[in-house]
Amino acid sequence: MDSKNSQYQTLLASLQENWGQNILESSFEKEELSVRVTAESLLSSVVFLKENPNCLCQCLMDIAGVDYPERERRFDVVYQFLSLKHNLRVRLKVGVFENEIVPSLTEFYPSANWWEREVWDLYGVPFGGHPDLRRILTDYGFENHPLRKDFPLTGFLEVRYDEVQKRVVYEPVKLDQAYRDFDFLSPWEGPLAQASAERELK
Amino acid sequence: MTETPSSALPLKNNEQYTLNFGPQHPAAHGVLRLVLELDGEVIERADPHIGFLHRGTEKLIEHKTYTQAIPYFDRLDYVSPMCQEHAFALAVEKLLGISAPLRAQYIRVLFSEITRILNHILNVTTFALDVGAMTPFLWGFEEREILLGFYERVSGARFHANYFRPGGVSLDLPKGLLEDILDFVKKFPKFLEDTENVLTENRIFKGRTVDIGCINGTDALQWGFSGPNLRASGVPWDLRKSQPYDVYESMIFDVPIGEKGDCYDRYLVRMEEMRQSLRIIDQCVQEMPEGPVMVENHKITPPKRADMKVDMASMIQHFKLYSEGYHVLPGETYTVVEAPKGEFGVFLISDGTNKPYRCKIRAPGFAALQATNFLSKGHMIADLTAIIGSLDIVFGEIDR
Repeated sequence: MDSKNSQYQTLLASLQENWGQNILESSFEKEELSVRVTAESLLSSVVFLKENPNCLCQCLMDIAGVDYPERERRFDVVYQFLSLKHNLRVRLKVGVFENEIVPSLTEFYPSANWWEREVWDLYGVPFGGHPDLRRILTDYGFENHPLRKDFPLTGFLEVRYDEVQKRVVYEPVKLDQAYRDFDFLSPWEGPLAQASAERELK
Repeated sequence: MTETPSSALPLKNNEQYTLNFGPQHPAAHGVLRLVLELDGEVIERADPHIGFLHRGTEKLIEHKTYTQAIPYFDRLDYVSPMCQEHAFALAVEKLLGISAPLRAQYIRVLFSEITRILNHILNVTTFALDVGAMTPFLWGFEEREILLGFYERVSGARFHANYFRPGGVSLDLPKGLLEDILDFVKKFPKFLEDTENVLTENRIFKGRTVDIGCINGTDALQWGFSGPNLRASGVPWDLRKSQPYDVYESMIFDVPIGEKGDCYDRYLVRMEEMRQSLRIIDQCVQEMPEGPVMVENHKITPPKRADMKVDMASMIQHFKLYSEGYHVLPGETYTVVEAPKGEFGVFLISDGTNKPYRCKIRAPGFAALQATNFLSKGHMIADLTAIIGSLDIVFGEIDR
């Protein structure tokens, strides 16, 4: 494991050396390397990751969106890269404003196509230069972006087959009992309180 | 079937037309809808429409405690439930900074491999069914029944097991189970031989699969392939070897690889993987250590039922655990396992509360299905079912 750690340290050092001005923050925790870059430098960072002999990340394994409504740059787009050659994983993060266009990676990784469509569908982050930015998981004609934190769990519309009209109809959700989100969170229990207590001690 | 898609093109000439395949088609392995642009019988473009089985799993997990999230993982790829629980359990353990006791790790590896056989039987036999051989399907389901029996004996459920938990497994193995598993390991190669006798050199089977849906190693990596689909293209990459988790490090097994990456190679790789899984199962049974199957920290794992009758603290811990759940330290992790279909990853972000802030699920089938257009271009429409069958696609995990 130690050799693995030093391998990651070398990689991180070479990243900082070569495009240090683009790195907003980087962390190496739990044997996972995570780097946050500016949206403008995303494409050059990806090219670097793909072609630098220390990384050679041929695989883009996943793209995830994350929503932080309280932040000014509301969304994070998180890319997981994998290098088979060095057996390394790199996580690249980009923070974006609502409606800010993120450059698409489909040119470099064809697999980015559907994942970007998914992030667009679920979070509403548009990707510039994407060949076919349609919704992918939600219904035809769906509106809104369901994985945003301000989208209710029960949604807005429900679907049923109408016997009279002989077709499927969409109606506003009617629940006999609203979804109950119990707040069991106690403020004085668990590792959270423990960690904050430790922090105070320090 | 459904209303005409907006992407349907007007007819260019008499030979070219658009065909709607699915979403209710037995060869689509679930609810896949393909809009095919054909030139005669040759596929020019295949546009998969997915999402018919979208249940919003990721959204639901954000509203449930960590304990309540595990059953959702059984329902993703419902053909290989335990491997997915494994990924989530490992991710939570990583964030909590704990690791399961040795016996629990062995049990998990044992059941991950049982799951792999479970999955590959279904895939190989339904694939054979798609290209015209029905018999292996009937044999295979008898074997699956035995394996599901093992599932039932440890967890009480045949499919949705909810057995792997952060910190170990929910219950210890019942008496006599290991002997029965060993018995299965002895008998199962007969099924593999029979199936190979029917399929491997079968002229019709080879005619339908050899050189169909070829993808080379470089392309497979570019398309984000993993698992047997990637190995069939000749890339020796297996997370159990390269990034081992639990006790895979001490297991002795080989990683089969293919050559051309066609449907036939994908079939061969899966057949050999089942043999290798048997080796791992055998080692697990032989080396199975004694000891606890859950970490003893009752802030995370439930206390013993007997303790709850006499011990007030256990009673309180039990109540807290099943109402509030446990808190996970703020942090994030992308944890992967080698699921039967490939790299199954969980990207988990914790904000320090009792519910995950974000849980992104990386489904191996999503990447594989994405390449359908690439794989089927220029093939006949009948080859499409062979390609889809060989990619091992299950919609529970793709649509989430």
